[in-house]
Amino acid sequence: MLAFILRRTGQGLLVIAAMIALVFFGVNVIGDPVWILVSPEMNQQQVEEVARSLGLDRPIYEQFWHFLKGLAQGDLGRSFVHGTPAIGLILERMPATLELAFVALVMAIVLGIPLGLYAGLKPDHPLARSIMAVSILGFSLPTFWVGLMLIMVFAVMLGWLPATGRGPVGHFLGIETSLTSLEGWRFVLLPALNLALLKISLVIRLARAGTREVALLDYVKFARAKGLSPRRVIGVHILKNILIPIITVLGLEFGSLVAFSVVTETIFAWPGMGRLLLEAIQRLDRPVIVAYVIVVVCLFVVINLVVDILYSLVDPRVRLTENAA
Amino acid sequence: MSAPAVAAFVEVETPLRRFVRQFSEDRVAVFGLVVFLLIVALALAAPFYAPQNPYDLSRVDLMDSRQPPGAKALDGYTMWLGSDGVGRDIFSAIFYGLRISLAVGAASCLIAATLGMTVGLIAAYAGGRTETLIMRLVDLQLSLPSVLVALILVAMFGKGVDKIILALVLVQWAYYARTVRGSALVERSKDYVEAARCLGLSHTRILFRHILPNCLAPVIVVATVQTAHAISLEATLSFLGVGLPQTEPSLGVLIANGFQYMMSGKFWISTFPGLALLITIVAINLVGDRLRDVLNPRLEK
Repeated sequence: MLAFILRRTGQGLLVIAAMIALVFFGVNVIGDPVWILVSPEMNQQQVEEVARSLGLDRPIYEQFWHFLKGLAQGDLGRSFVHGTPAIGLILERMPATLELAFVALVMAIVLGIPLGLYAGLKPDHPLARSIMAVSILGFSLPTFWVGLMLIMVFAVMLGWLPATGRGPVGHFLGIETSLTSLEGWRFVLLPALNLALLKISLVIRLARAGTREVALLDYVKFARAKGLSPRRVIGVHILKNILIPIITVLGLEFGSLVAFSVVTETIFAWPGMGRLLLEAIQRLDRPVIVAYVIVVVCLFVVINLVVDILYSLVDPRVRLTENAA
Repeated sequence: MSAPAVAAFVEVETPLRRFVRQFSEDRVAVFGLVVFLLIVALALAAPFYAPQNPYDLSRVDLMDSRQPPGAKALDGYTMWLGSDGVGRDIFSAIFYGLRISLAVGAASCLIAATLGMTVGLIAAYAGGRTETLIMRLVDLQLSLPSVLVALILVAMFGKGVDKIILALVLVQWAYYARTVRGSALVERSKDYVEAARCLGLSHTRILFRHILPNCLAPVIVVATVQTAHAISLEATLSFLGVGLPQTEPSLGVLIANGFQYMMSGKFWISTFPGLALLITIVAINLVGDRLRDVLNPRLEK
């Protein structure tokens, strides 16, 4: 088990190292951010001074070495635009993004599993068919357009929910969150639903496929034959067994929720790190772009690692085949 | 599949005909195909029937801006879907925009398929270190969400049609490489490849004339799904303001332009281009879904 964890951790570190090198050189080779930061009235000398103050006059490998030295000390460079440490900017915005992704994940589970379960139990029922049709639509609809439509219907036409922004922020266990107040929830609802839509469709499909498979197995038939109530058979016997793959996939998808939040945060003016990335891209704020990618890749690697380990704990077959190979 | 003409003399039903029959058993998929072909035809023929050329500044009048659907333009035609912030007729702009969206989707798909298939074939045929290196790269890329990869690539390249296509190609090639490698590994160990080798044919010839044609079925499925994905991704990037510039108004750019007017209730500027985008993507996905069923060798009776 320990060897398994160590090997996976080593692989994860390799991926992070590869991504850091790729992104640093990729982002720093193209375009010259100095020209965006200087005003047109500056003369050549002043322009060179700006470049020097940002370390942009030195050769790229020297910049990379400097960057690596900073990285070892937890310093990912200063934002060209804000003048503050890039990593600080990102960590500051991170709770808002994680909160959004978390609510979206809960929505996917709470809405997706019952709908998928129903569609799996009664595959030929018209309602089940429409659930599946909606889930295909959920895969096809571009996220940003759904966001626009949500704003149009619920904020502009009906006026039920606020269109943009984050609302009042409270504190819970030392974490800043808008989930402590009802007013805060009103702000979270639309962006979270927008972000969750793709995952709801995914969970519906997984739950449906799992249910159709499991419902035919002997132990389910036996539970029915024993005279257990349908509610108990579905709620305990079937649900428990379809949950493992769903939770695995959702764990892995949490990272993609964070990535997709770039789109949702931009539409709903949600002050998270996705919006920060987009602003950084538009202004060629290289340190912020690089820092964002490093943070997100680390997040991905950690999530994958945790899911892998949990999975091998739940299902010993995974570990055994790893050892045999 | 490689020689339908020869097969026609032997069998009553050629593989192509069987494919067409199986595909058309699903009414919904046929409907999707018809809609898609209609969209392509309408987009190509846009200059012949659209009342206004949205690129031609002499035809665009600021006096026509922000008109609701059904309003009369100064030039006399009716703007059935309204007009946008600078006086472009939405109906015309949609079909001109579709040309760009479809072209970007098709171009990126073709280039990515060619690149991915070549790399995937080489990985499967060469084996060893080459294969490990290529497949690690594929795994690395597929483990990150495509939106994120595309955003970072666009941050590197900048705006412009060619740069967006390049970014989309780099996002998509890995899907083709993985698919082709999977089927090429199976094909490589079959007798006909052995026979070709015994005949002393060159590696290139074996790869591209013998193995590749037998790996095409799953690639076609991936290609349909990825084209829809590319169109959607381009629209997303353009909407975020990092994709195509205002001078190349694809559907994504049109939707982005309408965003600022949405709060004041001028829904048509964003809604109708969005519907066009949606119909295009759903139509392609319906076709792709059916292709997956028909071309899947495991489901063949």
